[in-house]
Amino acid sequence: MHPAPSVILFTVLSGLGFGFLAFLAAGLVGASGWAAFALWFIGYGLAVVGLLASAFHLGNPQRALRAFSQWRSSWLSREAWASVATLVFLAPMALSDWLGLGWPRAWGLAGAVMCLATVFTTSMIYAQLKTVPRWNHWGTPVMFQFFALAGGAILAGNRLWAAVMLVVLGALLTAHWRIGDGRFAAVGASIGSATGLGTIGTVRVFEQPHTGPNYLMREMIYIVARKHAQKLRAIAFGLAVVAPLAVVLGLPPGPLTVVLATALHLPGALAARWLFFAEAEHVVGLYYGQRGGS
Amino acid sequence: MTCLPAKTDKKLGLVIDLDTCVGCQACVTACKGWNDQGYGAPLSDQDPYGAEPSGTFLNRVHSYEVTPADTPPQIINFPRSCLHCDNAPCVTVCPTGASYKRTEDGIVLVNEDACIGCGLCAWACPYGAREMDAAAGVMKKCTLCIDRIYNDTLPEADREPACVRTCPTGARHFGDFADPESNVSRLSRDRGGVALMPEMGTAPVNRYLPPRRKDQAANTPLAPLVDLATTGLAGWLDRMLGKI
Repeated sequence: MHPAPSVILFTVLSGLGFGFLAFLAAGLVGASGWAAFALWFIGYGLAVVGLLASAFHLGNPQRALRAFSQWRSSWLSREAWASVATLVFLAPMALSDWLGLGWPRAWGLAGAVMCLATVFTTSMIYAQLKTVPRWNHWGTPVMFQFFALAGGAILAGNRLWAAVMLVVLGALLTAHWRIGDGRFAAVGASIGSATGLGTIGTVRVFEQPHTGPNYLMREMIYIVARKHAQKLRAIAFGLAVVAPLAVVLGLPPGPLTVVLATALHLPGALAARWLFFAEAEHVVGLYYGQRGGS
Repeated sequence: MTCLPAKTDKKLGLVIDLDTCVGCQACVTACKGWNDQGYGAPLSDQDPYGAEPSGTFLNRVHSYEVTPADTPPQIINFPRSCLHCDNAPCVTVCPTGASYKRTEDGIVLVNEDACIGCGLCAWACPYGAREMDAAAGVMKKCTLCIDRIYNDTLPEADREPACVRTCPTGARHFGDFADPESNVSRLSRDRGGVALMPEMGTAPVNRYLPPRRKDQAANTPLAPLVDLATTGLAGWLDRMLGKI
């Protein structure tokens, strides 16, 4: 799949934002006054910037409000609802932390659950697609969830939570790559089933239907990345998991540690998300002789 | 609206005969021509006369080489367009309700006025049936020429999809799969009509008729030539090279 910058930024930043908001809402940061205001502002900022980035890949963004209408069937519509509902719901908690209003923490805990639910709806936009076998399994929502939790814990400056979440994230990221590598073959789609000609004999492309690239090829058949996939996986893993883990465990807790760990984790998360798209093969590639599944 | 109807009154769709298709691309051209002026935003082209031409098409004709175990390879032309699936994943993923499946005839359509151009429906389709129009920013797909098939101002012979109407070899057939005695139902039954990528669970309506098995000539007229014994210089070379 084409790794569009808008979608990578959307999923990474909004995931990080909602992860951080979950920690703030649950009261695990313990800031008050203007410090609390600044932290909540960062959380809201990340979530909102991420959501706005998603609008940039729309062909007709002026109609974006219509995306709220089909929550009965569409994960994308549910995501729109979940994100707005969560941001609105958490507003009194943020005000309370800032101004010391004493709003009950139970409200915040409910909001934290809503944050995680929002990240879940984001992940299901991808995990629901049978056409992209690498995404279409349990590992995708869990991996998205722990990216949000690990990033949120780093920003929250909570050493124990950050270390645990990063370790789990590392395991899940590796598992998602491993499982993903075998998914295309496991689903069983082939050029034979795509054309229905597989029962007659072996099928190969004789001539392409068009001489120039088209929307399908630009959007869904992305090959360049696979050459460097292993190197990029190592880089993504090192930056997203290992380096911030070392920083969190090795340096004393404080704003500098948070900034340094985030500065390492964020590019790692972006690289991992870039790979998430670039490595994913869509079954439509079969019609063009782009075989999937290694 | 993007929830799928439990049942549609009719199941309009196509049967495509891969034995008859000659890969002339007439259906591609007819489709593009009709949909430049009919339903919704016209199918646009980018840089059509330049170095990197690209455009929106609702129908593409591939060519495959199929090699059976016991016969020589054969070339099969393969038109690919929307299959108007019963369980259309492109419809349920749509966040705006622009994508829908009609209860009366099962046609999968896009209401372009509601389409935000997010492209998720094209991702959900295994068959590459949907293409985003780069000029209009909305998703385009086969409408089964809904503006022809119900159009009383057209002569009756023209009230079928442009690709079917134009096919010079009669490889494309249009009809109602819900009626077991319709032309398409009978064709599909008699010739073993195939559904594409059944493992995707889309329950496509369109069917492809696999090419009939080719006859095999028992004895090729050139067979005696193969056993010709070489003589003279060629024979000497043949023997010498055989020893190396």
